[in-house]
Amino acid sequence: MIRLIPDDTAYKFMHHRRWSFPLSALLLVGSLVMFGINGLNLGIDFRGGTLIEIQTTDGPADIGNIRQAVGSLNFGDVEVQEFGSPTEVLIRVEQQDGGETAQQNVIAKVRQVLGEDNINYRRVEVVGPRVSGELTRTGIIAVLSALFAVLVYIWFRFEWQFAVGAVLATMHDVILTIGMFAVLQLDFNLASIAAILTIVGYSLNDTVVVYDRIRETLRKYKKRPLAELLDVAINQTLSRTVLTSVTTLLALGSLFFFGGEVIRSFTFAMIWGVFVGTYSSVFMAAPLLIFLKLRPQQLHDEEDGDTVGAGSV
Amino acid sequence: MLHFARWKSFLILLTVISGVVLTIPNFFDEDSVKSWPDWVPSKQMVLGLDLQGGSHLLLQVERDGLVKERLETLRGDVRNLLREDRLRYTNLAIAKQAVQVRITDPTKVEQAREKLQSLATPVSLGFVTGQSSVNEVEITVSDGNQLRLALTEEGILQRIRSAVTQSIEVITKRVNELGTTEPTIQREGADRILVQVPGLDDPESLKAILGSTAKLTFQMVDATSSVQDVLNGGRPPIGTDLLYDTEDPPQPYLVERRVLVSGEELSDAQPAFDQRTNEPIITFRFNTSGARKFGRATQENVGRPFAIVLDGSVISAPVIREPILGGSGQISGSFTAETANNLAILLRAGALPAELTIIEERTVGPGLGADSIEAGKVAGIIGAVAVVVFMILSYGLFGVLANTALAANILLIVGTLSVLGATLTLPGIAGIVLTIGMAVDANVLIYERIREEARIGRSAIASIDAGFSRALGTILDANITTLIAAVILFSLGSGPIRGFAVTLAIGIVTTVFCAFTFNRFLIAQWVRMKRPTAVPI
Repeated sequence: MIRLIPDDTAYKFMHHRRWSFPLSALLLVGSLVMFGINGLNLGIDFRGGTLIEIQTTDGPADIGNIRQAVGSLNFGDVEVQEFGSPTEVLIRVEQQDGGETAQQNVIAKVRQVLGEDNINYRRVEVVGPRVSGELTRTGIIAVLSALFAVLVYIWFRFEWQFAVGAVLATMHDVILTIGMFAVLQLDFNLASIAAILTIVGYSLNDTVVVYDRIRETLRKYKKRPLAELLDVAINQTLSRTVLTSVTTLLALGSLFFFGGEVIRSFTFAMIWGVFVGTYSSVFMAAPLLIFLKLRPQQLHDEEDGDTVGAGSV
Repeated sequence: MLHFARWKSFLILLTVISGVVLTIPNFFDEDSVKSWPDWVPSKQMVLGLDLQGGSHLLLQVERDGLVKERLETLRGDVRNLLREDRLRYTNLAIAKQAVQVRITDPTKVEQAREKLQSLATPVSLGFVTGQSSVNEVEITVSDGNQLRLALTEEGILQRIRSAVTQSIEVITKRVNELGTTEPTIQREGADRILVQVPGLDDPESLKAILGSTAKLTFQMVDATSSVQDVLNGGRPPIGTDLLYDTEDPPQPYLVERRVLVSGEELSDAQPAFDQRTNEPIITFRFNTSGARKFGRATQENVGRPFAIVLDGSVISAPVIREPILGGSGQISGSFTAETANNLAILLRAGALPAELTIIEERTVGPGLGADSIEAGKVAGIIGAVAVVVFMILSYGLFGVLANTALAANILLIVGTLSVLGATLTLPGIAGIVLTIGMAVDANVLIYERIREEARIGRSAIASIDAGFSRALGTILDANITTLIAAVILFSLGSGPIRGFAVTLAIGIVTTVFCAFTFNRFLIAQWVRMKRPTAVPI
């Protein structure tokens, strides 16, 4: 049997907060700056507009020709790119002025100029200005309310320091994911929101497992310094943290390489999220408790009142 | 933790077996499943539009158009009522959401107001349940002699709601005419309609039949006045409108506003070919009252042209050669076989009460859908094999047991989705594959804990027992937080995102059951048989 992580590790993780905090701060600021400069490459879900995926049946598509043909229609900003294979092309046309019907006009015109011979129209999506505005709003609300609901749950189950720590660590992951989208200019669409929420779920899952063990350790050894106890807890869960990341990455890697082009940016974001989420549970979530001045005694006081007794003896 | 009462063992096995049984129909095609006896579970997962191909259209009733039409009717009513009582007025006009009129004689303002009050009495609008009647119009007096009849917000909303209900009926009729399987047509919010039609090759024909109101009218053409005068800037004679036909360039006609017969009185319409010219035409038949009206109108107007008007443009304007008393006729125009067929469908289904705008369209061709299913299968199998191999490498026999629990987990997810009749979308498949990766997390938590307990010197059985009981709290906490995210994703997400959230949520519940309960059950059986002295991990 293989062991990725040897038994009884004793890494001094709290020691590393000297570089992990500045590193995270740097990455966070970098993400926000890139977000400010580049913005997100918003898909039609949030920006409105038309997306057409075509497949040529007579050999590789001539992207230049298609770009020129669609460009000649004067629809403003037009993106034409290969999508997964040389015969597949994704055409995106920005939202047209003139309300909902103007968008419908785009498909008709594009189909006209590209013709119907040797071309399969595999996917057509049109999102009008009204819908895109709503989708943006609900997307933001979804992420924020998920964070808030989880904050309340953890607050209820642990101490407030844990709740704040978990939410800060998760926000760290969300911001770095958004930063990644901004740097690589990946298409940011509804699936990306799903990816972010799944990352929120995964990262919290990871953080909560570590926190559970921290709470248990704090109850066991009330006298030892907090930093030392945090190290013990993280080392004890390290094997699990790594193993779970590996299995999740195996599933995601398979989706990334074989799951098709349509969900590739979704899986890419998820893979990034698993790395960031794992890092933040170990290097952010735990040391944040020191920063938030958690006292082991606080836990001791209410030990008996804890009914579900997560991991408690 | 390792003792299971007999009834508990029974329930655990029953749950897993029902997962298997409920999953089975998905391996067969739809037709063979239908021939199974009733007592055999036969519910399959429904493939989403992104997997089987099809069109998703979100339509919205145009509030502005509805209000405008309502105000025009109101203005007509005001004019008629005031004329009835010979009340003189000026400046009868539409302003925003109201009709305004100035009564010339200030002493008669009160009389006018009373007369118009009939327009402001609460009306009950059909199709709306609950609130039986609403006050649609509010009358106020300003400036001494100006009457203002404003549409109430409540009234407008009621109109929109009933327009949506009516539109759904009409759309259902129209879409059914296309002969597609299982379209979904439902209300979304206050003023929207969601139309989902699976397996449609060409969404353009769907859009063509949803896009037009299909208001058909037969009106007389005013042949006595000159169209040219109007084109040169003159005003159309009272009671007529300037309309164009669909030719290129469009020909203008002066059409009388009075409607002889409207499309509501059609009892049938069919595409056909003109026997002389071989051009596509539409033959139609009026119902009895329509036939009577049309007969009388044609009798009175022999030799004059009349116009067949569809949604404000003239399709054709034939001259009445003889009275048409049989109640049937034909419409010729510049049709193709397809447009004639579409128009016949629209005429049979009736007119929409208001204009509908397509505010969102998502169409996936059948080819892409099939590719996505294939890609999903491949990714799922490879991902599962990778995880299974990794678990065996990491935990040996316990890895095999965890994999058994994982298999049960997947079957339970698919089985649950089948029973719920949930729609499987591409993000849904991603959700299942992701669950495969994350589901073993609970097993990993337990096994790592067992290792730890063994290392501090406990006996094998005590370690296993303690491993399960100590990991439980962590498993619950970790999964509840993810569940919260999934629930919020579901309640706020739309379409495909919801599919993802549903599989994620179901996956979380089945994961806890499989990893904690079923896996523990398997290990308990193993412990009973082997009486191990050391944990094998």
